[in-house]
Amino acid sequence: MIAIGLEGSANKLGVGVILQPSKGGPAQILSNIRDTYVSPPGEGFLPKDTAKHHRAHVARLVKQALTQAGVRIQDVDCICYTKGPGMGAPLQSVAVAARTLSILWNKPLVGVNHCVGHIEMGREITGAANPVVLYVSGGNTQVIAYSTQRYRIFGEALDIAVGNCLDRFARTLNISNDPAPGYNIEQLAKKGRVLVDLPYAVKGMDCSFSGILAQVDELAGQMKAGTLKDPSTGDAVTPEDLCFSLQETVFAMLVEITERAMAHVGSKQVLIVGGVGCNERLQDMMGTMARDRGGSVYATDERFCIDNGIMIAHAGLLAYRTGFETPLEESTCTQRFRTDDVHVAWRED
Amino acid sequence: MTSPTNTPPREKEHFLPYPFTETQPPPELITQGAEALLYRTHFLTPSTPAALKARPSKPYRHPTLDARLTKQRVLAEARVLVKLSALASDPANEVKVPAVLSLEWDASRKVKGLTGEQRGARGTPGGGAWLLMEWIDGKSVKDLLREWDLWLKEPGSTVPADEVEAQEEAVKKLLRRIGRAVGAMHSKGAVVHGDLTSSNIMLRPPTNTSVQNGSAAMTDNENAKTERKLAVPPNLDGEIVLIDFGLATQSVQDEDRAVDLYVLERAFGSTHPRQEAWFDAEVLQSQDGYRGSFKGSNIVLKRLEDVRMRGRKKSMIG
Repeated sequence: MIAIGLEGSANKLGVGVILQPSKGGPAQILSNIRDTYVSPPGEGFLPKDTAKHHRAHVARLVKQALTQAGVRIQDVDCICYTKGPGMGAPLQSVAVAARTLSILWNKPLVGVNHCVGHIEMGREITGAANPVVLYVSGGNTQVIAYSTQRYRIFGEALDIAVGNCLDRFARTLNISNDPAPGYNIEQLAKKGRVLVDLPYAVKGMDCSFSGILAQVDELAGQMKAGTLKDPSTGDAVTPEDLCFSLQETVFAMLVEITERAMAHVGSKQVLIVGGVGCNERLQDMMGTMARDRGGSVYATDERFCIDNGIMIAHAGLLAYRTGFETPLEESTCTQRFRTDDVHVAWRED
Repeated sequence: MTSPTNTPPREKEHFLPYPFTETQPPPELITQGAEALLYRTHFLTPSTPAALKARPSKPYRHPTLDARLTKQRVLAEARVLVKLSALASDPANEVKVPAVLSLEWDASRKVKGLTGEQRGARGTPGGGAWLLMEWIDGKSVKDLLREWDLWLKEPGSTVPADEVEAQEEAVKKLLRRIGRAVGAMHSKGAVVHGDLTSSNIMLRPPTNTSVQNGSAAMTDNENAKTERKLAVPPNLDGEIVLIDFGLATQSVQDEDRAVDLYVLERAFGSTHPRQEAWFDAEVLQSQDGYRGSFKGSNIVLKRLEDVRMRGRKKSMIG
């Protein structure tokens, strides 16, 4: 069966076409393309501009995805789109596109939870059967484990998401948003040496990032004024050091809450998904932790970590095959859509 | 496609700091938690069992950050335990915790009389920490409720409805007592636990006789019984003992208390779906539970409603 997936919950517009053999076996990615709206340095992406970007490019991407996949419209079984969570305006523009295609081609619609899309694609690509999932992106920070047909949230950010913390710090430092602010922070952090003291905010399996952001922003101000010195050597602290300290601190928190969830559910596998999951330092730290527990970490590369259309197609098709459809009049989207609201009918254990 | 991070787990010996490397018989590893390894050993005489909580340094963390966190946490844990243990002299005391016997916050720090080898010196700060505590007999509430689920689901043995009802009442009673114990910790102890889960709440069986020597054998027996499914429901009597204060802080803030309850509520819901529906009514709202346990509980429970709404991506209706 073939599904086309449309994703546009944040600044990435993605379209993917997936084929799941009806007899079982691994899914085939027929096409997976993406167009990212990049805002100027020092600025975030605003909903209205992002929505405008998505509206301008969605038709072209859909055509391109179909051509690349080499499928005809009549071969497509369903149209999957992101129902939420995400930013309102971009979600709406993609939902409108999905509805239009549905009416135009006379195909059923399937609304997909963005987080579940990430999880299912991660499982499919890595082959991790029942991992503890760390979902980290610009809008989400969740530690998730499967139990009785739900993806249950064990821990999550209590305020801003970890990616948001990194992105906003990139704005403070006026770092480029191309290809992604988090990626540029990662490159700077590789050159950092000094670890400055930042708050460390883990509460049980939850964590909080806004206080850390406030503190590191404050330190960046002192750095620009030239008053921030490394206490042990007296050398001036650099932007690289701040990026390094920020990453070390927030990633240690993420690994810690993941480890706690693993100990709690007795799992040895970790799957990292979401945009921040591309960060090699995070993957590295997670790998060290997992090996210490006699387990392993599964991660995907930027094609699947960063928001994409194929994951929406994949998760949507899984649901569609269990008989799930979203009627046109209910094909809404929502900014708030909990991962644990989704009934995972396609998993039996 | 997949990142090549799937190396096979390396065989490694578990972290055990000096002087416990010399202890005879050697400490027995009980569990590996997220933060620490729990050993069963003894204190001074082999007939006094003790729990050793060894916190290895975390290699994934920056060494400076690691040393800071490890020291802060082991000291905070000990301080909180000592504070709560001091309540034990009060006859009306409802919160029991293991007593602190001794501790070390950095096993590799320079101490007079210890050789570098004994310290496991590695040239970097942060050789891990350890905390020696009183041994608590019994099982965790998590294990007990799992056993209870098994007993209920046991195929072939149809449990009469009134028996089920009686057992449900026993579970609810246990939940209320948990609420009370948490309330006492919050109010009299002025402590928030920070990581309340059903695995951090123990039920110590009533000790009529001194069974300390036989307790290990008894546990083995019980394990065997669990494995061949349960013909009888688990005994839910005994003293509630809160353990693992690794993330505890001393605080009387309603916000902190409410977050503490929220952590428990969420962990409970995800671990015990069958008992989740009773959590609010029994643990929190009952007069024999948290609500009735101290004067300011109403304010905390009100605050809890705000905390619940705060989780990200919550569906907001109205």
